[in-house]
Amino acid sequence: MTAMIEISNAAKTFTMHLQGGVELPVVSNVAFHVEPGECVVLSGPSGAGKSSILKMIFGNYRCDTGRIDIRHQGKVIDLASAEPRQVLSVRRATIGYVSQFLRAVPRVPTIDVVAEPLVDNGTPRAEARDKAGALLRRLNIPERLWRLPPSTFSGGEQQRVNIAHGFISDLPILLLDEPTASLDAANRAVVVELIGEKKRRGVAMVAIVHDDEIRHLIADRIVDVTSFAAAA
Amino acid sequence: MSEPATTPDDDQPLLIADGLSKNYGRLAACRDVSFSLYPGEVLAIVGESGSGKSTLLQLLSAQLAPSAGGVSYRMRDGVLRDLASLGEAERRFLFRTDWGYVHQDPAQGLRMAVSAGANVGERLMAVGWNHYGRIRDTATTWLERVEIDIGRIDDAPKTYSGGMRQRLQIARNLVTAPRLVFMDEPTGGLDVSVQARLLDLMRNLVSELNLAAIVVTHDLAVARLLSHRVMVMKGGRVIETGLTDQVLDDPREPYTQLLVSSILPP
Repeated sequence: MTAMIEISNAAKTFTMHLQGGVELPVVSNVAFHVEPGECVVLSGPSGAGKSSILKMIFGNYRCDTGRIDIRHQGKVIDLASAEPRQVLSVRRATIGYVSQFLRAVPRVPTIDVVAEPLVDNGTPRAEARDKAGALLRRLNIPERLWRLPPSTFSGGEQQRVNIAHGFISDLPILLLDEPTASLDAANRAVVVELIGEKKRRGVAMVAIVHDDEIRHLIADRIVDVTSFAAAA
Repeated sequence: MSEPATTPDDDQPLLIADGLSKNYGRLAACRDVSFSLYPGEVLAIVGESGSGKSTLLQLLSAQLAPSAGGVSYRMRDGVLRDLASLGEAERRFLFRTDWGYVHQDPAQGLRMAVSAGANVGERLMAVGWNHYGRIRDTATTWLERVEIDIGRIDDAPKTYSGGMRQRLQIARNLVTAPRLVFMDEPTGGLDVSVQARLLDLMRNLVSELNLAAIVVTHDLAVARLLSHRVMVMKGGRVIETGLTDQVLDDPREPYTQLLVSSILPP
């Protein structure tokens, strides 16, 4: 395959054992692909399963059926059947994920939260911090906040820290869950710019955005998630 | 984004558990547990009291003989050895060099009446270090690494707070550069604020030193912060296992769903 992501026949149902075993079908027959340098936006109303699909691509949710083929270090690996160690390896070298909410370790300064993905990949801490600082500056996080843990920041600031953390690595695949939801116009524009830069570097992206204007600016293709609605 | 640092691609398992079981009379404390642990990988064993997780930790660290099954460990020379075949001296040498064991109660892992410096230095002397100055320098470095004021190096841990004791115990364990550390409820007896600091410290040490660790905890937040992989135990059995965030965000088994849904929101 030439695609970075190729999903075929993927399905997900939650079984809620604490609620008497209620079955909650989320999606079925999910099938689409993403090429390098392309941003695919998932569309559909709340609850249609957009975030679940992103989590399936990240290996965070398990699939009941189907394949999630990822091009990882020159080989194709099916994340739906991969071992935990393989999933971690894919996350380290291939797939980045910008979640809706920041989940940081208590006590860790913002600059280190952002630098962490680079440090984990062997970049010297000083160099990683320089890059983290540059990104935080672009995203308008004032330097006096960098030494503080982000837990006390406003929602918009936390989201920008989250974006910096997600964008700092040069990973070939990036998953974006509402990256601009609580940002003002100036910061939304920065994120659109960052996404454009990633595209030019050949990064394959899957995004969820509710803002029509942003979607128009970043989407190369739109995949309608309602077509994957699971039969209830 | 709290996911711990990822493991390098070491292809040979460091420790292999195969069909481990332990019976106490008719009670099966641990039943048919099998898994492989790779270098640099952190595995959390979670479950409620009595689920068999502490028994499993003792079996894995050769402190308890299994009723069935066995544990193999890859020694520093690369040879995989069955722990049951090791002599007492070899087993003790492993414990002093290549393994660490962090107890929930630091009093069990420390000598409470001798100085902090001696607690760390003792492990070095046990592996043949005999130059007092070098031992003291190394002990000092380690106290700094675990954020203990070096002005307290000559004080005995009985004068330390709970959090400091636990950090000292970690320093004592890591000073010989082990490849595998067993931890039994390492944050168990500590205040929440102290726990956060300790977790952050352990997380950094584990990733900097590329340590493999097996952490027994009933606290899912500890498992999420520290571990790559998790095994959920109930009634002596492993009922669910997988990548930590997968098991905690998408739990499949009724008992795991109960555990996850019982966490109070922060």
